[in-house]
Amino acid sequence: MDDLDRRLINRLQHGLPLVRQPWQILADELESDPQTLRARVQALLDDGTLTRFGPMFDIERLGGAFTLAALSVPEERFDAVAAQLDAMPEVAHNYRREHAWNMWFVLGCATPEGIAETIRYIETQTGLPVLNLPKEETYHVGLHFSV
Amino acid sequence: MTALLDDLQTMQLRRLLEAGLPLAARPYQALAERIGASEQAVLEQVRHWSEDGLFRRVGLVLKHRAMGFRANAMLVMDIPDEQVEEAGLRLGQAAGINLCYQRPRRLPDWPYNLFCMVHGREREQVCELIEALLAEHQLSHVPHQLLFSTRAFKQCGGRYAPSATRELAHG
Repeated sequence: MDDLDRRLINRLQHGLPLVRQPWQILADELESDPQTLRARVQALLDDGTLTRFGPMFDIERLGGAFTLAALSVPEERFDAVAAQLDAMPEVAHNYRREHAWNMWFVLGCATPEGIAETIRYIETQTGLPVLNLPKEETYHVGLHFSV
Repeated sequence: MTALLDDLQTMQLRRLLEAGLPLAARPYQALAERIGASEQAVLEQVRHWSEDGLFRRVGLVLKHRAMGFRANAMLVMDIPDEQVEEAGLRLGQAAGINLCYQRPRRLPDWPYNLFCMVHGREREQVCELIEALLAEHQLSHVPHQLLFSTRAFKQCGGRYAPSATRELAHG
């Protein structure tokens, strides 16, 4: 990754202009050329630095539902429970965090009922109570990483 | 006037966009060719969706842990109900806070109602940033905890029905 990759990633996190030839605008801004920028994005996708390039859909606007949830998993069962969640398509992220509630994950489903069913399923499968913390208010969403 | 997309073309366009934007000099022309429409009609539909909030931007999902952003902390606070909105709005504007949400308390298991995500390269740097933020906003005294993540088992692997890729959140 070189300086142009970094500037390109930082710039793209603010969004590609919705015009016919967006890469020309970016090329002018970054003092590069459109073909080079597109090749860089393709290379970053190919090597896994980027996992997606395109519109960032708002899942709730698509009629989906999601929530942040946590489990307090006994240490000796941690990897096994992580594997159980990993196998579920409804689980979008799963992080271990330093807390008595040590497993934190995001559930995404097509409907709110799907969330409730998935939580019941996890509780049945693991025998552990799920801490369900759906978002009540959004004050800020802006995931920017200055690379 | 440009012909608008019909329902089938609109649906096809959305499906195509869920896979991402083509890396072409004229990406909307490339999409238009796939669905038998004009570039202008496709671009207008995409702008409409953007203005309507269906998506926030045409951007990217960065595998941030791979980029060295390994210190990922969830700051949770117990803010009195009558103050949580103001605190959320102020912290949400603060540099370094990537996401800020209000969530329900679950007493007695979980007393915290305001959640902020902070990402950094070093744990110490994230701790310092958060301490400074809390002090600046007169929140040092409120009960709070910092939950660092130590392992990621799954990151942005979610597919939903209707299938779409959501912006990386909570990570």
